[in-house]
Amino acid sequence: MRKTIISILAFLSLMCAPAIGYAQDVKIGVIYPLTGSSAQIGKDAVAAVNTALDIINNKHDIPGMPLAINEGLAGLDGAKVSIVVGDHTGKPDVGVSETEKMLNKDGVHAMYGAYFSSVVAAASTVTERAGIPFVNGDSASPKLTSRGLKYFFRVGPHDGMFTQLMFEFIQDFNKKNNANLNTLGILHEDTLWGSDSGSTQNKMAKEQGFKVIEKISYKASTTTLTSEVQRLKLKDPDVLLPSQYTADAFLFLNTAKELDYNPKLLIAQNAGYVDPTFISTLGDKAEGVISRSPFNTDLAKTIPMIGTINEIFKKHSGGRDLSDVPARAFTGFMALAVAINNAGSTDPEKIREALVNLDIPGEALIVPYRGIKFGPDGQNEAVRGVLMQVQNGKYCTVYPYELAACDLVYPMPTWDQK
Amino acid sequence: MTLEIILQAIVAGLMMGLIYALIAAGLSLIFGLMGIVNFAHGEHLMLSMFTSFWLWSLLGLDPLFSVPITILLMAVCGVLTHYLLIRYILEAKMLIQICATFGLSIFIRSVAQLLWTPDYRNVQNPLIEGRIELGTIYVGQPQLFASLICLLAFIGLYWFVTKTQTGLALQATAQDRHAAEILGIPSDKMFALGWAIGLGCVAVAGSMMMNYFAVFTDVGINFALFAFVAVALGGFGSIIGCLYAGIIIGLVESLGGLLIDPSFKLLYVFAIYLLVVIYRPQGLFGRY
Repeated sequence: MRKTIISILAFLSLMCAPAIGYAQDVKIGVIYPLTGSSAQIGKDAVAAVNTALDIINNKHDIPGMPLAINEGLAGLDGAKVSIVVGDHTGKPDVGVSETEKMLNKDGVHAMYGAYFSSVVAAASTVTERAGIPFVNGDSASPKLTSRGLKYFFRVGPHDGMFTQLMFEFIQDFNKKNNANLNTLGILHEDTLWGSDSGSTQNKMAKEQGFKVIEKISYKASTTTLTSEVQRLKLKDPDVLLPSQYTADAFLFLNTAKELDYNPKLLIAQNAGYVDPTFISTLGDKAEGVISRSPFNTDLAKTIPMIGTINEIFKKHSGGRDLSDVPARAFTGFMALAVAINNAGSTDPEKIREALVNLDIPGEALIVPYRGIKFGPDGQNEAVRGVLMQVQNGKYCTVYPYELAACDLVYPMPTWDQK
Repeated sequence: MTLEIILQAIVAGLMMGLIYALIAAGLSLIFGLMGIVNFAHGEHLMLSMFTSFWLWSLLGLDPLFSVPITILLMAVCGVLTHYLLIRYILEAKMLIQICATFGLSIFIRSVAQLLWTPDYRNVQNPLIEGRIELGTIYVGQPQLFASLICLLAFIGLYWFVTKTQTGLALQATAQDRHAAEILGIPSDKMFALGWAIGLGCVAVAGSMMMNYFAVFTDVGINFALFAFVAVALGGFGSIIGCLYAGIIIGLVESLGGLLIDPSFKLLYVFAIYLLVVIYRPQGLFGRY
């Protein structure tokens, strides 16, 4: 009996030996919030990473998509890419311990994640110390790329860039319609992302001649937003700029309805406002809301690849459609994979070099970025975003005007009209 | 800052406070009866909200009409909690009791996430919607109904505990379990009843909140936090204390947020809490 077992084991090890010697697989650590109040977003992001893996590791015929045509990474003799997934639950300390575990126990070659800016900020210091690249596709706090880290790269845009887009839009709107939208209200939740977004908006507004007449921060897990809405209603700024996660965005709009608070324009900093359930859950309460986004499904008209990727994504997400965060997560992960392929090695130093020299054209992407090319601070300098407005129960791109699929509805319909 | 705006904040704070009060009453009742702190209280609130949501989503029952069903289901859940878990830890050390209900909270939350995903869900176009305008003061109808029904439930609970025979038996068990048993009050059944009523309170609050609040697996945590504060503020085991404490929390949160700075809403609440704990450790209406 023992002989049989030994001979089976020997046979199995022989079977595996060529595979081990043939190509070293690439292992990437992926952390997202998989439990807690943002778990669905994390799950969608992991589904997007799995979509990217599907495309990298299997043969696909998607014209323009890098790494699709052959199995595995050509630069590493067809090595397959695998991931180790961790749940950071939205907490920086959990993100740090997950990252440490992946570096020390799983031996990952690079880290990827993590949606929460606060978690990315903490986890990327761990990778920096270890000299392992950390690539991020979907966190928007401007501070992340101003810390002078050598191994941190952000593929997506940050809130400063998006805020610039919002202000350009308001200025263009004022010029085009001879309007005078000048006063702003800023409402933000108080984790790193929300406060950074709020203070960036506050600072940039002053520089560009806008007047911030109310700036409110609150806890995202709050049970009521009544006094916040009351204060906004009292000051009544021309444009309201909220930075909110999902539950608080719902609560805010419900409270605004009860208290009949009607801003003329509401331009949200993404997040809760682009949660896949946002429109379906709120129904006509969402009508007229504007959000910035690096992605919108109506871009499929100008970027045909989106349709194909969406079909693959649906297989991994249990039928959910591609939305903003997964699109950014997918793009960021592909950028990392292309860099590893270019490096032709799993040596972290070589991967870092390949990231520094990375240059992906806009045509190879499913998002409207002009391309992927990192600046000295690790920020992708070729990003571009759009503003989209909820019209007839759907997000429709309204700015920049050359990418617009719909005309802007102004002012936003009041609660009595909805 | 005019008088109307302050009145508006008071109305909003009162309405929220009554909801906190009823949630806290359930917690307080269970603690007063058997000395067990139910750390899964927030999760029970989440379960009630989901029950109400599914009754709407699958059977088309408006949260207002499904309240009795939700109460019944949650009461059954309470009885099961007692017989399957709490019964075994009644005589155990405090730490074991804490771990048991804390573990229960993680268990319920994880199962809920497994079954229903972490998505956010809202009841669309509920029967009670819109607002009443009293001069320049807006009162949201869902909040108004929720707070009134919570107040009614509260009065009902108070009447039951202080005026009925079963309620008095409950109190007797709370005061001295063994003496009550000698007098023929079955303490085990009383405990199960306490759990049923405690979760029934949460069921009322949860289903009324479904009219304007989105439900998701972590929704209960912050309400539970306020419930704990309300129980400690009002006095452990005191049901009437919960009412006052809930209203104080609602008002402080709302007025502080409006008059000073909304970013520090929780600070005002906890400052009051600390003051009470320092100067009156047994709480406003506490016996111990």
